[in-house]
Amino acid sequence: MKTFPIGGIHPSDNKQWSKSSAIEAMPLPDVVTIPLSQHIGAPAVAKVAKGDKVLTGQLIAEAASFMSANIHSPISGTVTSVDMLPNAQGLRQMMITIKREGDEWVEGIDRSDKLVTECNLDSAEILARIKSAGIVGMGGATFPTHVKLSIPAGKKAEFLIINGVECEPYLTSDYRTMLEYGDRLIVGVRILMKALDVKKAFIGIENNKPDAVAHLRTLAAGIEGLEVVPLKVRYPQGGEKQLIAALTGRQVPPPPGLPIDVGAVVCNASTTVAVYDAVQKNKPLIERVVTVTGKHVAQPKNLLTRMGTSISALVAVAGGLPEGDVKVLNGGPMMGRAMINLDSPVTKGCSGITILDGREAHRNAAAVCIKCAKCVEACPMGLEPFFLSKMSQRKSWDVVEANRITDCIECGSCQYTCPASLPLLDFIRTGKQAVMGIIRARAAAKK
Amino acid sequence: MSILLFTVLTLCVLGVLSAVVLYFVARKFKVEEDPRIDEVEKMLPGANCGGCGFAGCRAMAEALVKRDDISELFCPVGGGDTMKAVATYLGKAAPEKEPRVATVRCGGTCEKRPRTNTFDGARSCAVASSLYVGETACAYGCLGYGDCVTACAFDAIHINPETGIAEVDAEKCTACGACVKACPKGLIELRKKWPKGRAIYVSCMSRDKGAVVMKACKAGCIGCGKCEKVCEFGAITVQNNLAFIDSDKCRLCRKCVNECPTGAIRIIGLAPLPKAPKAAPATPAAAPAAKAEPAAPKANSAAAKNTVAETAEKVESVVNKKEE
Amino acid sequence: MANRFFVSPSPHIHTEQTTQKIMADVIIALLPALCVSIAVYGWGVLAMTAISIASCVLFEFLIQKYLLRGECTISNLSAVVTGLLLAFNLPYGLPWWIVIIGAFVAIAIGKMTFGGLGKNPFNPALVGRVFLLIAYPAQMTTFPAPKIDGFVDAYSGATPLAAAKAGLVDYGSYDMLGMFNGAMAGSVGEIATLALLLGFVYLLWNKVITWHIPVAVLGSMAVFAFVVALFRGGDASLLYEFPLFHLLAGGAVLGAVYMATDYSTSPMNHRAMLIYGVGIGVLTMCIRLWGSYPEGMSFAILIMNSVVPLLNKYVKPKRFGLKKK
Repeated sequence: MKTFPIGGIHPSDNKQWSKSSAIEAMPLPDVVTIPLSQHIGAPAVAKVAKGDKVLTGQLIAEAASFMSANIHSPISGTVTSVDMLPNAQGLRQMMITIKREGDEWVEGIDRSDKLVTECNLDSAEILARIKSAGIVGMGGATFPTHVKLSIPAGKKAEFLIINGVECEPYLTSDYRTMLEYGDRLIVGVRILMKALDVKKAFIGIENNKPDAVAHLRTLAAGIEGLEVVPLKVRYPQGGEKQLIAALTGRQVPPPPGLPIDVGAVVCNASTTVAVYDAVQKNKPLIERVVTVTGKHVAQPKNLLTRMGTSISALVAVAGGLPEGDVKVLNGGPMMGRAMINLDSPVTKGCSGITILDGREAHRNAAAVCIKCAKCVEACPMGLEPFFLSKMSQRKSWDVVEANRITDCIECGSCQYTCPASLPLLDFIRTGKQAVMGIIRARAAAKK
Repeated sequence: MSILLFTVLTLCVLGVLSAVVLYFVARKFKVEEDPRIDEVEKMLPGANCGGCGFAGCRAMAEALVKRDDISELFCPVGGGDTMKAVATYLGKAAPEKEPRVATVRCGGTCEKRPRTNTFDGARSCAVASSLYVGETACAYGCLGYGDCVTACAFDAIHINPETGIAEVDAEKCTACGACVKACPKGLIELRKKWPKGRAIYVSCMSRDKGAVVMKACKAGCIGCGKCEKVCEFGAITVQNNLAFIDSDKCRLCRKCVNECPTGAIRIIGLAPLPKAPKAAPATPAAAPAAKAEPAAPKANSAAAKNTVAETAEKVESVVNKKEE
Repeated sequence: MANRFFVSPSPHIHTEQTTQKIMADVIIALLPALCVSIAVYGWGVLAMTAISIASCVLFEFLIQKYLLRGECTISNLSAVVTGLLLAFNLPYGLPWWIVIIGAFVAIAIGKMTFGGLGKNPFNPALVGRVFLLIAYPAQMTTFPAPKIDGFVDAYSGATPLAAAKAGLVDYGSYDMLGMFNGAMAGSVGEIATLALLLGFVYLLWNKVITWHIPVAVLGSMAVFAFVVALFRGGDASLLYEFPLFHLLAGGAVLGAVYMATDYSTSPMNHRAMLIYGVGIGVLTMCIRLWGSYPEGMSFAILIMNSVVPLLNKYVKPKRFGLKKK
């Protein structure tokens, strides 16, 4: 079975709690808060002010530059404020608050369930629709999709890769999406193939989801150039670079190398469904599937949620927080961010809410490094985490830069595998940030 | 016998040969260096703290010897005396700078700033601050994991376990600025060093709006601007909901202290002004501020007036000196 | 009850493996060899091992508590592993006080002077053993003959390597299968090759060590011996007997699997591990064939230990996406 070439770990996937619960639609929220920055790049610019009436699907914030994304109202109602509000990490951020009045949609959005398979638009028109719908990578990286699909001059896309790996433990939103929205996904893949003008597309799925592989294989039968590939269960199989290497055998060069340098464009499975909605139904990205799961969550669920719904509402539907010590994560346990403010909203990149409680909420106490080299073995980028971590702690930025700290994808494999429970990635991350800053400053000085 | 002779002779020849080779090598690769650099280096403190902006004392000594104009160079550790000595030795004009001291501008102690969550990551301010707001609701305050403590080469800054905030030992602090660079929140400021550790400063860096500050911390600056109005020397400015006292303009008149409604303006080493009868009920701030520093004012209470007068004189002289 | 919120950077889950569990696994992996040794030499082996372990743990505890004044570290079981390995490297019948001196040197000089677990550059058990070998050469090279039925050996008391060195033996005449099962004279732990390999499989299975170092050591020894046999000429059967003899005799397997793979004294990536392993294999064979000691495993490992920092600095793991120049 195909897999990526270096390193990796095998944590227990713990998808059993939520994998069999079908996608449920959340009741419409009474109030939504919409951060203007839900993507990588410049925050969007608010187009509405306090007191404005908005309709569902209406553009409320516009992309500030090419590297930015539009934001649409997920409900209809009145804008009650445009102000700095605390986000999930308690940091203040510009957000639009809307109070719901009914659910009136803007005209031109096809809300029927009918599958539209024909697409007569050309590449530029498809891209324009994706851009106007404000689609970003929904696996968690939130990279604007139209930027990814705009191939720079002189480069040529050869493969489209649909990321249905979902190697992150606990999460099942992509899995349920592939099972239940498979037909839309396949149309989305064909649209993307057309937009990129590629003849070959892969859908990569980790082999712990054999039913999703079988389902998509049935749907993909007869489509030329589309192949559904089961992949070995190994974290981080769904990392962009790892996935490309697993499927095509090509390794993306270190930064500033991009997937397009090896002719690949990677798109998440849920994002592909959103592309279908945008291009075929003219529906902007205003809702997504969010997994709410955890060992002691009463009813783990996969919820179809409007953006801006508060996290606490989702947690309540799943049966509330378990008692005692908790750690609530935006995302899965390997790369998710811990949250302290559950009044914060679901955003475009929120694929799941993982609730760890009791013993799981704590980290183990750190011991001393025994030089076991397990972190080096686990690193999928072939780095030396123990060394980078130590040198970052000492602020030896030149040393960590020479040892390729910027290659780090922050997957957390090193820290997961450390028998001494050292906070390796914590320090590597600070080192990486510092080195990135130095590199940017150097580039600016050159200009 | 002949073996002995042979051995001794061989060794002698080898020794002479090596000496000759070494002599020529030393001549060929001789590094011409100003002997004054060594002398200047000896005068410098030798802590290699980097406070001067150079990698170490050696680099600083080189710069001092090589540059004609050394007015830009200053060793904050050695201070004015060291610089004067160096300048005299080199026959250059001595750079002058007033002594400074690092000040941690946060007053959010454990009781004033309630904890809302528990941080379980690596005990580092850099790690915590890049992740989230911190253990309290204030995004600007001291995190208390001691990145500044690690950075300090002089053991002059510590986390007070009772308050959870970094505190500077003014006696040991050399104003090298290492902690200023290490603090990810930018909380530490190098301020003018008054005699006897006296200081008045705004112990808050929160640029949030007043209501937000009040919710997170009872000792925060809410940007009300009362202090700005009362200051006769134009030392206080309020920008982005935050007051700032310019330590070079401040003359320790202490009027602002009584005005502050939250007690964010801290006064150290001085008794606060007696409360004005009119303002008395409206300024609860003076009491906590006084409580915070009970030892020094009490000890000086008898001579308080004299001290104040002295201070004023000193202030005047310093100011005059500056103007010259 | 209100929730207490915990926050930390990712990742939020952690492997079950801990330092303590790894050390426990190493101890378990060494138990079969201990059993064989008890069967071969009698219960005295157990007493000697117990003395070695107890003194290692005691010395670590005392130094940690009264000299370093740090947190008590004996619960991570690393001192137990050191004690066990030290006992395995000593001949049976060594006076108990020499064992204790060895344990002291191993822990105090070999490990704690450098700051304890993970910081020592040389394998502590080997530091202890080599110290004893130099300080008490007579006692350290007196090996009692195995007390098992059917062990008939004209040169009882001499290890196969010592006998070979002295030119007393013909390689073909040695009972290779017997050596494999533990019927040879030698240190307590090195005689039972089969049991040691069983432990190796257990360690691989539990992902405590990787195959790189043991395979590199044993493989390079075999290849080296094969080449030497080629040059020496003679009987064709020597071409496989000579390498096999060197793999089974002495501490080859014990050293390759348990001593050379010691975490803190071995390199940190697979490429460097292979170089390190080959270095140990070649040095061992050189000492065995041309040195004055019959066995060179301990010295070879200690010499290569000193090269580890250099290997870590210059031999980097295979990077992702970096093209070969």
